[in-house]
This record gives sequence, C-alpha cells and structure tokens, in this order.
Amino acid sequence: MDTFFILLINGLADSALIFLMAAGLSIILGMMGILNFAHGTMFLWGGYTSVWVFAQTGSFWLGLLAAVAVGGLMGLIFERLFIRPVYGRVTAQILITLGLMIVFTDLARLLWGATALPALRPSLLDGMVVILGIRIVEYRLFLIGVGLAVAVGIHLLINRTRIGMVMRAGVQSPEMVRALGIDIAKYFSFVFAGGAALAALGGALYVPLVGSVWSGMGMDNQVLAFIVVVIGGMGSFVGTAMGSLFIGLTGALVAWFFPPAAVVVNVLLMALVLVFKPTGLFGWEGKSR
Amino acid sequence: MLRPVLNLEEVSSFIGPFHIVQGVSLAVYAGEAVVILGRNGAGKTTTLRTIMGLLPLKGGKIELGGTSLAGLPTHRIARYGLGYVPEDCVVFNMLTVEENLQLAMHVRDSETRGRLAYALDLFPDLKVAYRRFAANLSGGQRQMLAIARTLINDNKIILIDEPSKGLAPIIVDRVAEALIEVKKRSTLILVEQNFALACAVGDRYYILDSGKSVKSGIVRELELDEELQNKYLSVGA
Repeated sequence: MDTFFILLINGLADSALIFLMAAGLSIILGMMGILNFAHGTMFLWGGYTSVWVFAQTGSFWLGLLAAVAVGGLMGLIFERLFIRPVYGRVTAQILITLGLMIVFTDLARLLWGATALPALRPSLLDGMVVILGIRIVEYRLFLIGVGLAVAVGIHLLINRTRIGMVMRAGVQSPEMVRALGIDIAKYFSFVFAGGAALAALGGALYVPLVGSVWSGMGMDNQVLAFIVVVIGGMGSFVGTAMGSLFIGLTGALVAWFFPPAAVVVNVLLMALVLVFKPTGLFGWEGKSR
Repeated sequence: MLRPVLNLEEVSSFIGPFHIVQGVSLAVYAGEAVVILGRNGAGKTTTLRTIMGLLPLKGGKIELGGTSLAGLPTHRIARYGLGYVPEDCVVFNMLTVEENLQLAMHVRDSETRGRLAYALDLFPDLKVAYRRFAANLSGGQRQMLAIARTLINDNKIILIDEPSKGLAPIIVDRVAEALIEVKKRSTLILVEQNFALACAVGDRYYILDSGKSVKSGIVRELELDEELQNKYLSVGA
C-alpha cells in the first residue's frame, strides 16, 4: 500500500512536469498547425537558466522567474523570425524547428559546457513530509501543486477570457477567425510565447527533481510531450491534461515493476491510440481551414 | 451617378496552380441583394474568398466604397465592413452561441448590443440555445448562427455562400425568410445553387461560367428566361 501511494505521488509529479511541456505544444500544434520540434529547446534553456540564476543569486524562485522569461522571449523571437515566414509549409516548419533545436542545444553546450551541471532544490522544499504515515518527497508535492495551479490557470484563460475564445476558435478554423476581423497572428505570437514559457518552467522544475541539467534533456522530454499530444488530442487542453496523467502514472508504475519497458510502453500507448482514435482520446475531426 | 459599394473589375485568382477566377466583374449597390449564379466549378465561391482576401488577388481590382482591397489581410477587409458566411457556415464548435456572437463583435457599445438583440429576434432559436455549445446545434441553427454573426457589426455588405446547402426544405424556407428580412437593413451578395431561394432573395444577378462573369441582369427577368437558365445553370451543357 505504501509503495502504491509513493508511486501515485511520483506519477502525479511526473504528470505535472509532462503537462507543463505538453500543454503549450498541444495548443501550438492544434491552433497554429505548427510542428514545433524546437519546443524541447525551451525546456532545456529553462533548466539551464534556472540553475545558473540560482547559482548566481541564491534564489530558486528568481531562477524560476528567469526561466519563464527566457522561455517566453525565445518563443516570441522564434515565432516572429523563423516560424511566421513558413506558416502552412509543414516540411519547412519541421526543418527550421529541428535546426533551431540543434543550434540552441549546441549554444547551451557552448555556454554551460558538455557535462551535466548539478541542480539543487531550495532548502524550503528539500525535505520529506509524512502523509498517512508514509514519507513523501516534499519537492514532488510542490510539483503537483504547481501543475494543478497551472492547469487551473490555463482552464480559466481558455474558458473565461477573449484570448481563450480566440484560441478555442482558432484551433478549429484560423481562417474564419480572420474573417471575423481578428488579427490571429498576434494571438499566435502570444500562444507560441506562452507555450514556450510553460516548457521553460517545466525544465526549471524538472532539473532539481533529477538533480542535474544536461544538454540532451530537451530532446528526450520533447518526444514524451509529442506522445502526450498525440494521445490526448491536438489543441485539447483536457486531452493534454488527461494524456499527461496517463503517461505520468503509467510511467511511474512500469518503471517500478518492469523498468526495461518504461520507454516502450509510452510508444505502444501512442500507437494504440493512433490505430483506434487517430484524433486522440479528446481530439476531434472538425478542424477546417 | 450612383457609385457601387463594392466593385470588381476583371478579378483574377488562383487556387494553388489552378486559375479558377479568370475575369469576374460585378458591381453591388447599397441596399440591394446580388446573387451570383453558375454551375459547380464556375468560380462563385472562389470569387467570394478572393473578395475576403482569403485567396490572393492576382489580377484586376476590388474596391469597397472606393478603397482598394488588393493586398489587404483578411482581418482588415472584415473590419472595413464585410461580413462573411462561408460555404460550410463555419461556427465554432467549442464556443457557445453567446461566445460565437461575442467573438464577432468589433466594438462593444450600445449599437452593437442593439444589433445583437435584432439578430436574436430574427433567429429565436438562437435565443433558446444561447448558452449551448455550437457543436450541439442542428444544421439549420448553425446556419442561423453564421448569419447572425454578420449582423452584429455595422457591415456594409454581407457575403453569404450557399446558405441552403445540406438543409431540409422547411429550414431553407426559414433561411430565405430571414435573408429577405436581413436585406431590408443590409446589402447582400449571395452565392446560391438553390434557384428558388436565389430568386426569392435576389434583386440582380451575375452568372459565372468557367471563371468569368458572362451575364448579368434583373432576377425577375432571369426567372422567366428558361433558355438562359438552361444554358448556364443546368447540369451539363
């Protein structure tokens, strides 16, 4: 029973991190139709930025803020300079974003070196708590809290604001949104930057969990985010949340009971969903021009 | 001399490599309903999409109240006062009826609220379904919502593409009644395959054939001209 409870907490914490990375990717893909293979770069730079700022200032929280700012700025620059010129051209998007991934991964390596850097937790979150007689890592509870808060925030943004209305409409038909007199390109910039900032936050929160930041972590986690988006459904906030939960919890269980299958299981789940419901568990077929 | 609200001169546009619209000229005057007729593939929908800037203008002129629309992005063309109901009446499924209408508002003032009230009076079904998601509306209700959306703003012209498509005859009648009512307040350009609906709503017509405007005139005269109808509007030549 103790083991299951700990696995549940671990799985929920992993789900929260996956959600932070996948949420932005899902909206970017669903609304803008952009296959953003540079998304993992923001995750990576979020990790490195937070570690560096923490080391310089002694403040974990400043590190988080800096990571979000850097991620958002990178997203804004990427979208304006590299993505906007190739809207609607899928092959060009894939090549450009893959190129950005490679260049900015190498840039990170140039700045911070090829070896992994240690990533510390703040002393406030570096202990254990006891729940129902079971010792739980404090930092994992913190991650679950952040994940929930971000999920609630995104839910409110999508369902209670004009920006959210435009995003929900844009997922179905960016063309019709334009025909209503809305400059959807401005919203695209916001969505892209927002998604990038979330990914960077994910990276900043991830590295203290695993204890280090290294240059390959962007690509590794990006694959997982894509799997979640496929399983949950493109452009579906609920789908991304459910997909993240599914993958996070499954991953935690499989990693405990049968570690060699940990990676394969995610890909198998994605394949199954693609076969039986290609639009994803919460996706839908109604996208038009 | 009366100036047209919308003027197209030898408009040319492509879909990909295909030269669909090869020379369409038409003039629309304030307060009238112009119907664009022609067989499938004549270029009717492409003409509307070109007016809205959804397809680039490759030749000719499009002027709205004397202002050239060439090269303008779609959202700016819409803000100049063109309302658009596309062929598949795209209403946003993940938004409620209320949100679909709110999204269409360019400004939020008492006049817009007045126009919203008018639209809801015109389509009482939408009042009943106001908080329902558009995904749960019937085909007829979706068409009504798409038309209502264009009434929210003070649009100079409303472009409507095949409003009767896929609808049951009784619903087509309701749509026709609504369009006749809308015509009292707005200038309409209507693309329609349903000849009866086109004749019920339209004042003047343009016939397109192979991407060119080939005939124009008064709808009442076209109703009586079977030879012209057979030549340009029947299936096959």
